[in-house]
Amino acid sequence: MEKLKLVVVGNGMVGHRYIEELVDSGLSKNYQIIVFCEEPRVAYDRVHLSSYFSHHTASELSLVKDGYYEANGIQVYIGERITHINRKAKRLYSDAGRELDYEKLVLATGSYPWVPPIKGNQSKDSFVYRTIEDLKEIENCAKRSKSGAVVGGGLLGLEAAGALKALGVETHVIEFAPVLMAEQLDQQGGLQLRRKIEKIGVKVHTSKNTLEVLTEGDTARNTMVFADGSKLEVDFVVYSTGIRPQDKIAKEAELDIASRGGIAINDNCQTNDPDIYAIGECASWNERFYGLVAPGYKMAQVACAHLLGKNQRFEGADMSAKLKLLGVNVGSIGDANGKSEDCKSYVYQNDDEEVYKRLIVSKDGRELLGAVLVGDTSDYGNLLQLYLNKIALPEHPDSLILPSHAGGEKPQMGADALPDTAVICSCFDVTKGDISQAVADGFTSVAQIKSHTKAGTGCGGCLPLIGQVLNAELEKSGITVNNHICEHFDYSRQELFHLVRVGEITTFEQMIKRHGRGYGCEVCKPAIGSILASCWGEHVLAPQHVSLQDTNDNFLGNMQKDGTYSVIPRMAGGEVTAKALGVLAQVAEDYKLYTKITGAQRVGLFGAQKDDLPTIWGRLTDAGFETGHAYAKALRMAKTCVGSTWCRFGVQDSVGLGSRLENRYKGIRTPHKMKFGVSGCTRECAEAQGKDIGIIATDAGWNLFVGGNGGMKPRHGDLLASDLDEATLIRYIDCFMMFYIRTADKLQRTSVWLENLDGGVDYLRKVIVDDQLGINQQLLSTIEELIANYHCEWTTTISTPASLDRFAHFINSDQRDDNVQFVSEREQHRPARFDEKFPSPKGDILHVELEYEA
Amino acid sequence: MSFVSVCHIDKIFPGTGVCALIKGKQVALFRPSDNAEVFALDNMDPFAKSNVLSRGLICEHNKQLWIASPLKKQRFNLETGDCLEDQSVSIKSYPVKITDGTVAVSL
Ligand code: SRM
Ligand SMILES: Cc1cc2nc3c(=O)[nH]c(=O)nc-3n(C[C@H](O)[C@H](O)[C@H](O)COP(=O)(O)OP(=O)(O)OC[C@H]3O[C@@H](n4cnc5c(N)ncnc54)[C@H](O)[C@@H]3O)c2cc1C
Ligand code: SF4
Ligand code: FES
Repeated sequence: MEKLKLVVVGNGMVGHRYIEELVDSGLSKNYQIIVFCEEPRVAYDRVHLSSYFSHHTASELSLVKDGYYEANGIQVYIGERITHINRKAKRLYSDAGRELDYEKLVLATGSYPWVPPIKGNQSKDSFVYRTIEDLKEIENCAKRSKSGAVVGGGLLGLEAAGALKALGVETHVIEFAPVLMAEQLDQQGGLQLRRKIEKIGVKVHTSKNTLEVLTEGDTARNTMVFADGSKLEVDFVVYSTGIRPQDKIAKEAELDIASRGGIAINDNCQTNDPDIYAIGECASWNERFYGLVAPGYKMAQVACAHLLGKNQRFEGADMSAKLKLLGVNVGSIGDANGKSEDCKSYVYQNDDEEVYKRLIVSKDGRELLGAVLVGDTSDYGNLLQLYLNKIALPEHPDSLILPSHAGGEKPQMGADALPDTAVICSCFDVTKGDISQAVADGFTSVAQIKSHTKAGTGCGGCLPLIGQVLNAELEKSGITVNNHICEHFDYSRQELFHLVRVGEITTFEQMIKRHGRGYGCEVCKPAIGSILASCWGEHVLAPQHVSLQDTNDNFLGNMQKDGTYSVIPRMAGGEVTAKALGVLAQVAEDYKLYTKITGAQRVGLFGAQKDDLPTIWGRLTDAGFETGHAYAKALRMAKTCVGSTWCRFGVQDSVGLGSRLENRYKGIRTPHKMKFGVSGCTRECAEAQGKDIGIIATDAGWNLFVGGNGGMKPRHGDLLASDLDEATLIRYIDCFMMFYIRTADKLQRTSVWLENLDGGVDYLRKVIVDDQLGINQQLLSTIEELIANYHCEWTTTISTPASLDRFAHFINSDQRDDNVQFVSEREQHRPARFDEKFPSPKGDILHVELEYEA
Repeated sequence: MSFVSVCHIDKIFPGTGVCALIKGKQVALFRPSDNAEVFALDNMDPFAKSNVLSRGLICEHNKQLWIASPLKKQRFNLETGDCLEDQSVSIKSYPVKITDGTVAVSL
């Protein structure tokens, strides 16, 4: 059977979502699907467009997994626009000259930025803010500009202003109305927002009607002329004065267009031509089009369901929103301006903390009609649920927005209070009932819920609520999430840590006898070995601990693929003297070690035979080297830049600090390895933000970042505290290290630990900076003990001759492993490959019987 | 069956393994506890083709004892040499005898 041809015009957020719906529902098998994508790339996350400027690249914003369209047999024409629809012939025409017939057509053409007819709005210094291409142009222009203005003080305008600010130009916002964000905020809210924005240096001009932009000026390239006669010189202008549905091709094809624009659709998202659907921002339902993504997603769902013959309807959408604009939290729910008849308000305003909150409530005080939140949106989730589900308000509705010190005993709106129909994630239309079902089906972590239901994978605003619902459901069903480290212990690493400390347990045997079962395994043995070392700081190779360690810890070196070891001495802060380097060179020469600079700013010697390790380290420790713990779950190094001592930009002595820190924490066993970085100024040559602890010098001291990671899933660290003096900095790091050691899971880097920590870096700040848990004194004294216990493991090992027997390869012979063979390469050598050692092995490589006895 | 004496059992620290050279062959000996019980397997990790198994961690799964390779953690049964991860792979295991504290292995 010939497949029916279904063409989707527009590959934006909604167009792509529609295709996902087709694929998920299996419909994609019945249709031949063709997509026209005008932009030079497939669908990307326009909602997070601005993050393109911070750390995203265009490809990171993409919504389409590599190979997704190909794998599902979907044909996408990238960079190709549909110019005409011939409805009679059911044929499309593209700007590339393509002609194509369709059976079903879906218009998902989005909207375009509307620019007011101001003279000069076409100049080369004029921009809009909608696509990645727009942002690239703005970025280029900003490089040769000192100042820029955004025309339009609405939601998108302020977002654009944030981008200009981040690009480092003097930023102006020009608004026609007397207040900012008039659509989402009331007057007081708008004023509060304005104060906050001005404080961070954005210049706000309200009640300004721009008449003309002249391409000349004394101090800048352009001059804006306003109706009140005033002028403003800026280098470039970004217009963010509203959007209009992209309905041109529909209009030409004589489809019905709504009176305020937009392709008119019914509840099934069909246009007046039953074979043509319109979804997303280009569509108008009940004379209304929606400039948010969630209603578009809902339309995508409905249009797909209609093809399947299912009866789902689009019934309008809620326009409540929670945003962070220029660093200011803003929330708007329902009737924010209090226009409903007979409504009444409750207002809380705090000028010290720059917070404004207002509730708009029905006359009888029972129902929430709207809310405005500026400066603090922590109540947003609860209020939205009260509003959407028309839940009866408490007797004193103001208690919902008052802080606790003002007598607001917040009525806890537990997830239990919500009906099953409550929409938890509006981006993907996931209800509380859907989440309960997923939990019942065995998806018991937020990550699993996310991948199973898609909830939380859009704007992410619903994640806290998903967590609440999940926990409530888990509690109800009595499911406990199993975080036992292995079959021998019914405890998490964190619980084991406490058991060791509280019970003053010092050996694995005591531990498994008291709290575990069986013999132990390759998971619990090293984990408990590491906990014992973190708690009591004993030598990892003390006899009672030897059997617990992975071979790396056991022979104090990293085992390489051929069974030899690496030798990586400490070079604190990356410093090494010429003399010490000389000894290192001589050792490498004498023991024929392959030598390279490691990725962590020090020297690695590779290919050492196990029985050579003690003598190699003997010579290195004699020359003043210590072990670099490259084999251990412990601090590896503090990477530094030369800082103020040498660099013309440096503002603090980063090497000095790095080396002091590395020496302070060396040897302490941590749940996973740790890496520090210290940069002497904001240029960040030490890449400190990619480290577990990252420190960047400022004029006033040090900024402390935590939870950075290079490696498998790079993550920038979160700023924990700024402008610290060294003593405070060290106190915070002490607490951070001990808190991490006590609470992290086994082999959990700080980045993952922090991502999983409820409340994230804000919570961590409360613990470390505000001592909210009251445990800091304890953390500090424990770490002092560990620091005092430090000893170089290699020095200790060498001075205990009895422990050296283990380094021989054979228990009954002085011979060496003849399977360790090298091949020369680039003036050094590398381990020989199997086929080099055994030029013609017989049979399957894995199962070949190796006969190498004489 | 001829047993070759290797060493005194005290030379194998409880909970660890050592490697012995027996008739030119590398054999890993494991002593899971302080009892007089020792297991013998090939020392070569069949995946990495390196002589490292004696340096692995002894572990218990499904009520049986295994050695986890120090390279990529595949586990081999101390009694049979079977691999837990990949049933098509197994290494040789050898009978061990302990007389008056002397460990002897038969190839
Ligand atoms: C030797 C070295 C590569 C080199 O030739 O430069 C190296 C080698 C190994 N790395 Fe690495 N890493 C080395 C720098 C890095 C860096 C760069 C850095 O430190 O700035 C990173 C990324 C930064 C980071 O960790 O955030 C890095 C991220 C990893 C990861 C990923 C960790 C993660 O959670 O993302 C692993 C895997 C793991 O630890 O589970 C890993 C694991 C390993 C292991 C231990 C794998 C293994 O089990 O055999 C490698 C053997 C080390 C050895 O033989 O001594 N290595 N590794 C570097 C030793 C640095 C040192 O002087 O101690
Ligand atoms: C900076 C910014 C921030 C935003 N923040 C939020 C937010 O926080 N929350 C929120 O809900 N929404 C936000 N939005 C709005 C959100 O991005 C849109 O609602 C959403 O992208 C609409 O999806 P769409 O698919 O309908 O349109 P679009 O994503 O615009 O996609 C339409 C696509 O169709 C293409 N196209 C048009 N005509 C044709 C044609 N004839 N042939 C081929 N292709 C064509 C267009 O080039 C475009 O790529 C933001 C938007 C911007 C610009
Ligand atoms: S980070 Fe700053 S001080 Fe350090 S080397 Fe770079 S520019 Fe110089
Ligand atoms: S509401 Fe946006 S992801 Fe759930």
